[in-house]
Amino acid sequence: MELNAQKRGSRLFVQLSGELDHHSAEQTRIMLDTMLRDISVRELILDLSGMSFMDSAGLGVILGRFRKLSMRGGKLIVKGMNASVDRIFRMSGIYAIVERQ
Amino acid sequence: MYNEMEIRFLSLSGNEGFARAVASAFASQTNPSIEELSDIRTAVSEAVTNAIIHGYEQRTNETVLMRMTIRDGILSIEVHDDGCGIEDIDLARKPFYTSKPELERSGMGFSVMEAFMDRLSVQSEYGKGTTVMMQKRIAHGI
Repeated sequence: MELNAQKRGSRLFVQLSGELDHHSAEQTRIMLDTMLRDISVRELILDLSGMSFMDSAGLGVILGRFRKLSMRGGKLIVKGMNASVDRIFRMSGIYAIVERQ
Repeated sequence: MYNEMEIRFLSLSGNEGFARAVASAFASQTNPSIEELSDIRTAVSEAVTNAIIHGYEQRTNETVLMRMTIRDGILSIEVHDDGCGIEDIDLARKPFYTSKPELERSGMGFSVMEAFMDRLSVQSEYGKGTTVMMQKRIAHGI
């Protein structure tokens, strides 16, 4: 899992690439949460175009960050889903709560 | 066509990716579509992750067994652990249920396996272990 981040005002843009499964979930969670400690972040935009694999552990990571942002009145936006990531997102119903761009 | 294989590997989370790669390589012999192959990879990942996290409670010195067969375009996958077993299988299979909320799990593991495969059955004995059996018919399978 590789992560590239850029902050513009209250928006945090993060590009995730690689495989997000249980094995890489913890490290990804720690890296995202470290950046979210900055309370000026109101919007987290996750660019998933470089993701080659995601399973339900990845959903857990995204839902957890969504909750964190919701609690401070912020939001999470996902973009760049490939066919397989889109498939697990649709099947899980995550689009009902997480915004897509 | 008929083919079968069996592998054993340690219950290390790094082996989740290994199991997916092996399952995908074996399943490729059935002439699956990219989407079918992606479904198989995801379902295997869920089953193996469950064995590691729940069956073995993250102990890394245990053994996970994966067995696969191909019979006339039908792919069958079994993932087995000798871990703690599931007390209530119906509850475990419920969408969004997780016995480990502290791990920030989505509770979608079994739902993903159900959605991405044609058949799913779970055999478990409390204190003894769990076997997850999944089947998928490959549309243009051989």
